[in-house]
Amino acid sequence: MVLTGTQSESITARKLTTAKAMVEAISQEMERDPSIFVMGEDVGSYGGIFSSTAGLLEKFGPQRILDTPISETAFMGLATGAAVEGMRPIVELMFVDFFGVCMDQIYNHMAKIHYESGGNVKVPLVLMTAVGGGYSDGAQHSQCLWGIFAHLPGMKVVVPSNPYDAKGLMISAIRDDNPVIYMFHKGVMGLPWMAKNPHSLGPVPEKPYEVPIGRAAIVRTGNDLTIVTLSMAVHHALDAAEELTKQGIDSEIIDLRSLVPLDREAVLESVAKTGRLLVVDEDYQSFGLTGEITAVVAEKDPRLLKAPVSRLAIPDIPIPYSRTLEYAVLPTAERIVAAAKRVMA
Amino acid sequence: MDNETRLGLYKTMVLSRSFEEAILRDYHADKKPVWDIGAGLIPGEMHLSAGQEPVAAGVCAHLTSDDAISSTHRPHHFAIAHGMDLRLLASEIFGRETGLGKGRGGHMHLFDPTIHFSCSGIVAEGYPSALGVAFAFQRQGKDSVAIAVTGEGGANQGAFHESLNLAALWKLPVVFVIEDNDWAISVPRDASTAIRSNAVRATSYGMRGVRIQDNSVEGVWDAAKTAIEKARAGEGPSLIEVHTVRLWGHFEGDAQAYRNDLDSLIDPIPAYANQLESDGVLSPEMVESIAQDAKSRVEDAFDFAKSSPLPSAAEVERYVFA
Repeated sequence: MVLTGTQSESITARKLTTAKAMVEAISQEMERDPSIFVMGEDVGSYGGIFSSTAGLLEKFGPQRILDTPISETAFMGLATGAAVEGMRPIVELMFVDFFGVCMDQIYNHMAKIHYESGGNVKVPLVLMTAVGGGYSDGAQHSQCLWGIFAHLPGMKVVVPSNPYDAKGLMISAIRDDNPVIYMFHKGVMGLPWMAKNPHSLGPVPEKPYEVPIGRAAIVRTGNDLTIVTLSMAVHHALDAAEELTKQGIDSEIIDLRSLVPLDREAVLESVAKTGRLLVVDEDYQSFGLTGEITAVVAEKDPRLLKAPVSRLAIPDIPIPYSRTLEYAVLPTAERIVAAAKRVMA
Repeated sequence: MDNETRLGLYKTMVLSRSFEEAILRDYHADKKPVWDIGAGLIPGEMHLSAGQEPVAAGVCAHLTSDDAISSTHRPHHFAIAHGMDLRLLASEIFGRETGLGKGRGGHMHLFDPTIHFSCSGIVAEGYPSALGVAFAFQRQGKDSVAIAVTGEGGANQGAFHESLNLAALWKLPVVFVIEDNDWAISVPRDASTAIRSNAVRATSYGMRGVRIQDNSVEGVWDAAKTAIEKARAGEGPSLIEVHTVRLWGHFEGDAQAYRNDLDSLIDPIPAYANQLESDGVLSPEMVESIAQDAKSRVEDAFDFAKSSPLPSAAEVERYVFA
């Protein structure tokens, strides 16, 4: 059974933003394990541009919370080397869009050493990075790009959509003996300087807990249509589902939460029930997540489908700056409703 | 420098050369009559370090197995000088299950955690991980050091410059080594590098830099002694550039038509033997017995490798994740 509830599991009334949930996870793990340290640009006194490390410097000091120069290649490699020698680094790449200046250290080194060493060397680290658009930051600061990381072997890839999962996945990522790419959407962080998003605040238990890497969550059950998505688009899909219900369409929503490993069973079980599939993604369309999820069904049994699959992703263009243009390509609730109706037609 | 140390440097260089001569023999043995880089008992690209042994021998003489090396696509001399088990090394090169990486790595991807050895096939990209190893040593309260190796071509990579700055900034126990063999594959140094000595670059990043002009193993030994002692004492990184020589091609099969210096190359091993003989440290009989000893160790390793099983294709997916 894939129904691994998120917020529903929690009975606490305490609510945190996603950013605060991440920080709490890191802080609790750092108290438990002295080999953990945090490194990146502006993770110290600033507390992370997206508040992912707020307050950690005050608590753990500059020996464990390290501001780096703008030298991503050097500090990504530093993280790998330190992990090889038994430490457990958490390294922040401020925007995922910056992977281009340091990708060799990521995909050719941190991701491959375990395999190349025949399993003799482990690289336990967390690479956390901000993704996503919706606030007119233009083509170089608004991408998701998780498809690239999930495509390349040797990295686990997790993408929390809410505070509960943000804490549990961070703890799981820190405890994992592999490189884990932890991709948080700026729109779910609960930042005071972005449009208020009700989904960025949610119940989070105080005690440490793990959300298992590789398990999707069914965040809404339904019988007519399966919507597979992740991250910020989960919330757009939930909003869309409200509207679809009014139009007599009962949709089931799967929050993938992990891309590597991918919970294929969750997708297949749901599609076996609904017979219809819409994949929604804030990453680019071609050669990406939407195609991969479609292939999961096509390879298993295309007869599960009563209608052709529909994909809603960023069309293969750079993310535009102007708000009217950007919102024409983001997977908004309105666009999800329209896509869902096409699948049901 | 005492005689025992000098003999030790010589023996290390001979062992490395002996190992690579055996690779040369076996690598080319079954690629005839039609050359196929992917064929034979040793398939794939093969970058040999003959001529560059003084760099590895001179540096590694100051290290123990608690110290780390991050080497390059041309890693054998450093692996051997740092004490890597020759059987495990040979087996990996032959792609066997008994190799360091169980046949998943190959000669450019050698990882031996027992001696903190790694290397990278991407030019200069082994520098950053050496910083991390050094960072861990520092945080763990050890006095171990990390050696980062690249070539003169690699000194023009961004990774090189980022690493020097960060290591100096955080006073990491790293010694950066540049093997200047004059050639970045086919591009000569004067066509790639705007300055004559990379020691200048070290200075500009706030660390001591030296250039050793003559491929002298004793010169390397002296410079490395200072740099490594400094790193162990918590005084931060240094850089050593050695003007060395690439006796053979960039990779096996490289015809080297671009090269105009082949007639003037000096092989550092017989040169050092002559020096030691004239100083009365080495005799012709000793030269012979050292060569024989190296050869028998190498042949033992090669026999072990060749008689070891190949990895099972059914296990190709193992070790992607821990």
